[in-house]
Formats: sequence, structure tokens, C-alpha cells
Amino acid sequence: MAKHETPMLDELESGPWPSFVSDLKAQAEKRAKNEEGIEFQIPVDVCDDLLGVLELSFKHGRTHWKHGGIVGVFGYGGGVIGRYCDSPDKFPGVEAFHTMRVNHPAGKYYTTEYLRQLCDLWDFRGSGITNMHGSTGDIILLGTTTPQLEEIFWTLTHDMNQDLGGSGSNLRTPSDCLGETRCEYSCYDTSALVYFLTNEYQDELHRPAFPYKFKFKLDGCPNGCVASIARSDMSFIGTWRDDIKIDQDAVNKYVENDPAYPANAGAYKGSRDWGPFDIEKEVTGLCPTKCMKFENKKLFIDNANCTRCMHCINVMPRALRIGDDRGLSILVGAKAPILDGAQMGSLLAPFVEVNPDNDYEEITEIIENVWDWWMEEGKNRERLGELIMRQGFQKLLEVTGIDPMPQHVQYPRTNPYIFWKEDEVEGGWERDVEEYRKHHQR
Amino acid sequence: MAFISTGYDPSKPMENRITDIGPRDHNEFYPPVIKNNKGKWSHHEILEPGVLVHVGESGDECYTVRVGGARLMSTSLINEICDIADKHCDGYVRFTTRNNVEFMVDSKDKVEPLKNDLASRKFAGGSFKFPIGGTGAGITNIVHTQGWIHCHTPATDASGTVKAAMDVLFEDFQDMRLPAQLRVSMACCLNMCGAVHCSDIAILGYHRKPPMLDHEYLDKVCEIPLAVASCPTAAIKPAKVTLPDGKEVKSVDVKNERCMYCGNCYTMCPSMPLADTEGDGIVLMAGGKVSNRISDPKFSKVVVGFLPNDMPRWPSMTDAITKMVEAYAAGAEKYERLGDWAERIGWEKFFEVCELDFTHHLIDDFRQQAYMSWRQSTQFKF
Repeated sequence: MAKHETPMLDELESGPWPSFVSDLKAQAEKRAKNEEGIEFQIPVDVCDDLLGVLELSFKHGRTHWKHGGIVGVFGYGGGVIGRYCDSPDKFPGVEAFHTMRVNHPAGKYYTTEYLRQLCDLWDFRGSGITNMHGSTGDIILLGTTTPQLEEIFWTLTHDMNQDLGGSGSNLRTPSDCLGETRCEYSCYDTSALVYFLTNEYQDELHRPAFPYKFKFKLDGCPNGCVASIARSDMSFIGTWRDDIKIDQDAVNKYVENDPAYPANAGAYKGSRDWGPFDIEKEVTGLCPTKCMKFENKKLFIDNANCTRCMHCINVMPRALRIGDDRGLSILVGAKAPILDGAQMGSLLAPFVEVNPDNDYEEITEIIENVWDWWMEEGKNRERLGELIMRQGFQKLLEVTGIDPMPQHVQYPRTNPYIFWKEDEVEGGWERDVEEYRKHHQR
Repeated sequence: MAFISTGYDPSKPMENRITDIGPRDHNEFYPPVIKNNKGKWSHHEILEPGVLVHVGESGDECYTVRVGGARLMSTSLINEICDIADKHCDGYVRFTTRNNVEFMVDSKDKVEPLKNDLASRKFAGGSFKFPIGGTGAGITNIVHTQGWIHCHTPATDASGTVKAAMDVLFEDFQDMRLPAQLRVSMACCLNMCGAVHCSDIAILGYHRKPPMLDHEYLDKVCEIPLAVASCPTAAIKPAKVTLPDGKEVKSVDVKNERCMYCGNCYTMCPSMPLADTEGDGIVLMAGGKVSNRISDPKFSKVVVGFLPNDMPRWPSMTDAITKMVEAYAAGAEKYERLGDWAERIGWEKFFEVCELDFTHHLIDDFRQQAYMSWRQSTQFKF
């Protein structure tokens, strides 16, 4: 028998998509029965009360959570989000319902041994409710009480070799696409780099010293599966500088509609029949720079004019491969719309070497130059993208020591209001007006 | 419920403390077929919706069955995922950026038993636990935020709107009939923890009323300078207020016409709540993307200015989404993303074919970029 009536939530149990309501109800029942004899460290009816307070929100159309509170683990300024219910009299089980962010592994691969260990900890000291995963990438442990925070942190660090993630004005938990682990498009080992950066910048991740949040996201190729270009202050996107590798026999297999060579790796094998594959219509004709042609059963690519959009490679992955001279592009300043409107990442470094043997020195140099500038000049709650807007892209180039190049712009400026520097103008700005007046009457 | 200590001593927090160790090393978590072929993959193929094969240069094959799921997940369900992974996948499993779960096996004969097992599991209420799909030219799982389950500033629920939307989009989760992939995202307030601003279709919770002011308590529970500083549009200033009993207290004044309803002030000051039954609801955006494929990444555009929160299934929201998906499926060319299609036919045609109303709310008037979105051409369609 459920503790609270939840008529509105009950309607979300039907339909084919996995129902979080059914899952929460099953969890509430499991805790109530407690067949495993767990000595629950937070109220046994926490899931019942979570369902109850959510039903109340569905009824009112308003949240019933108060703002956060200052809770955390000793020495860290992030990783824990305080949360309190605004109706604890009705729902005492969720009076305090804090979140812990656990730094997920690169690529989000797990062993069941690790996941079970995490579940045991969370059943014992928390609600047993999680997010797999949060928007930034962390494993989110949703709902525990203040006295449990240090205990959970102790078990994570001592028994699971596992640290918390970031929150607040910190480096947020960096995240990546699965990269080379299971994708032939990946231009660098995203997992190795995200692991390196996360460990290298632990202090920045745990102790708030920044003007605001800062996000790293790593995409292995321009397809951008973790959306780094839209949602990270610094976005690392794999790319290459040499030629796309072509297997002409395989190109012709696509052209001949060989069933082992379906267009776009089989992405169109659904209920709709798009007709036979047509390389001119589907590949060369859609190339954004029109740098390719198919003639006499041969595909030609004018690589010097290719912008590496990935379309042809996506459509014919068995015939076309990324080049061998690989690295990454760094784009900076992306953010969601608040406040001045959304910003997409802007290209800062077109090609950077990804070299684990020198501790990714070309990458960390850019990161640290950008941070030095932002920490010095950024206002409270000013994202990097906003600082670039305020002080100018030129300033960003200056602090990173990167030479300006046409790749940095979509098109050159449409106004001539150039802020010339004094040393760029012959003779400087100190002039003798008396000398001038000898030739120009007042 | 006796308190059980791990050994942590609050009076000596630094004793035996371990910090700054970062995440677990991903190399410990790779299934053998991944470990052996990392960086040496030849190609991949989607065999059917939700089932992929990746082929290594070595000839090794990795078959993946992708299933959708709610990102709000209990330990019972995670343990069930572990049971399946132990039974079929040698104890390994992975999650995707879009909250899907991937079960990987190293030979084709292991795929059918895995699929059958996954497809057979249902919740007591009847929904699938592990629906197979989410690949190719279809609709994959919705990335989303917390909503009413755990956040203090949401304007709508996240898990509920996502469940309602995915139920109506379910056939497209298990099919690949669309012109290209269609990414749906959800964020429960304009702060957009979920960064939905570059999605083919974005569901966004939105407040429409400025904060209320709890003058009697405000100075007692809030740092007024912090509340003032928290406002991104400088709409808040310190004020002296006379309470009904004649007592004068320190509080704040909000210039309502400058408020953009972000709730940052409420984060800093609990005496400034802004949630409201009638004021809060849903904005729909469309036409964004993050991929660099064919066209540049682009922002989503607001296509429905406001829909009320109609719990528990938000039918006006799901109707509008369905209309957009069907018009896109019927009108776009192969490989054309929703935003590219809307730009090709023109946004005036988009509203016509999607049967959505165009209102003044959809014309940008926010700061500099507004001008860029107005029509500076005589090229338009009647």
C-alpha cells in the first residue's frame, strides 16, 4: 500500500516509454520490504515521500524544493548540492535531499562490479535514486542527508578509488564522446585526454577560484556527439590536416548498392524506402564546398578545399576514412542563452597536436593562458564567452599568443572602426599642435 | 536506524583523508573487445534500429544493443542492468551521452538472446524497461534536467514532460524513417542546465512572472547585496519597505519590466519565490544542431512562445511536437536536418506546414542579435 495517493503520476505509468514513476514505486516498495536487511541511514520512506512531493508539484504546477543550502564535504567547494523540501511536515523523508555528483569514467563504460558497489553504498546511505547521468556527465546520486555526506565521500575515496565531480564556480567535470574506444571517426583518444585534464586540474575542479563555471567537453570528430561546440567554455574537436583516405573499390560497392555497404552505415534501414543509393545526389551533390566528383567509377576529392564536415565519410564509412595527420581544434566561449544570448564556440586554435608524451603541452598552454586572463579580468559570474565579447577576440589572441588568421572569422568585419594600437601607427599619437598650426591656420 | 560511521571523525576531518583522486581510470572498465580494438576500428553498421556492429581492423566484431531509459533511475534498475550485463556481456555495460544504455557482445549469436531478454522486461505499470532503438535517422532519447523532482527553480517538470513526449515519439525511437536524426532536448528553466539551445526540437520550461517579495523575512534570511548582485538584468535594487504594522524593514525592489524570470535571485534569496501555476509553462524551440555536417552548427529558434503546464501528460506540447515531426518527415530531403529544412523552405512555410501560430512573441527584441533575425530582403514567400 503506497504511503501517498499519486493519481496524476499514476497516469505516467502507461505508454511504452520506461516510466520513472513505476521505477520509483518499485524502489519505494523494495525499501519498505527491505529483504536484504539494510540498515538504512536515511528515512526508509524517502522514495514514498519523493513520489508524494512530486505529485503535489503536479497538482500545484510549482516546485516544492527550497533553494540550496551550504552543505558539502570538508575542503571542497563543489560536488554537493544542498536541497531541502518546503513541505517537510507532509514529506519528512525528503526534508533534506542533497545531491552528490560523482565524477563518471571517460566514455561512461562500467563494470557491473563497480556499479553494484555504488548501488550498495547508495541504498545504505542515500535514497537509492540516481541520474545516469546528469547533463554535465556526472553520475548523480539524488537525495541524502547532511550527516551522510562525509561518510559517503569517505567510502567513495577509501573503498572505491572514486572522487566527486564539480559544481559552482569551478571547473565542471570534463566529459567526452566515446572516441577511439568504439568509433572509427575519432581523430584522437578523447578518453585519455579527458582523464588527463580531469586529474591535472583537480584543484580547479574541487575548489572554486573562477569567476563562474567552466566546462571542458571533448568531441572526437566534427560530428560533435557530446555537443561540445554548443555547451563548453572550451571545446576540443578532433580534426585532420591531410587527405581523406579513399578505398575506390568500396566506393563502387556503395554505387552498386551492395547490401553490405548501406548508405550512412545503415542509418536509413527503417520503414521508409528511400530508393537506390545515388552518389551524386547523396554525396558529391551535398558536399558543402563542392570539392568532390565521381567520374569513371572513381571518386576525386580536392582535399585542399575540404572543410571536413564529415558528410561523405558518414555516408560511406567503409570507403572513406579520416586522414592520418590528426589533432584537434579548440573552440572557446560556448554557453546557453543566459544572459546576453546563446554563444556557439568560436575557433581559437585550428590545429593542436594531441601528444600524451609531452603531457599534452600544446593544449595545457592554451588552457592556462585563457584561465590566467579570465581569472584576472572576468567579472563575477561572467562566462569566458562574455569576457571575449567584452574585451574582444583580439585580446583573446593576444593572451594566448595565437596569430590572427582568416580561419578565425566567418567574414572580415563590416565596419572600419579598428582600435589601432599606438605602436601600429607610424610616429605614435604624441603630436605637436604648434608645428601643425604653422601649416594650418586656426 | 542507528548511525553507522565509516571511521570518519568530524573533529579531525583531515585524518586519513583522501582527496583529489579524480574519476576511476576508464581502462579498468573496457570489455575485452573494446580494449583490444580501441583506435583500430575499421567500420560500423546499424543492422536494425537499436543494433549496431563495429568491426575492427583485426576482424573482431562488437555488437551493441542500445536501449532507452529514464535518466532518473533507481538502484534496483541499475542492479537489473548489471544482472543483464553479467548474463550476456561478461559484466560490462556503458551509458551514452543521451541517457541510453548500451549492452555489448563480441559475437553475433549472442545478439538475439540479449535482445529477447531486454525486450521482455517490463515495469509493473506496463511500460518497457529497456526499449531497443535510438539509432540512425530516428529519434533517440531526450537529454533533460531535473524539474520538479529535485530543482528549486523549474518552471515545469522534466521527467514528466519527457515521458509524455517519448510516449508519442516512441515509434520513431524504434524506427529510422526520418530524413536525418532528430534530437529532442528538455530544460526546465531558462538557465538551461541541459543546454537545449542547439536541438532539432527543444522543450523549455519558462516562468512568466517576476519574483514575489517576502518583505517581512527578506532581510532576516538573505544578504541583500547578494540578491541585488545576482540579477543579470540589474532589475533589483535595495529598498526600505513599511510593513502593514507600520514597521520599516530593509528589503529589495524589483523593476518588473526588466525581469527575465531566471530565478537567480531566488537561488540567492529564498524570500523571492517566482514559481506560479498560471505563469509557468513550456516554450518550444526548433531547428538547432551541434554537428558540423553539411551546414554549420546552429541555434534553435522559438517556435511556440508559451504552452500551459497541463499535467500529467502535457497534450498541447506533445501535439505541437508531433506536428513538427510529421511535417519534417513529409517535407525534408534525405540527410536534411530539421533546421536546414526550415531554412530551405523558409520559416514562413515552416509555420504553415507545421500548423503553428506565429505571434509577436516570436520576433526577437532582446539586445543586439535581434536585428540579425529580422528580414532584410524582399525574398520571402506569400
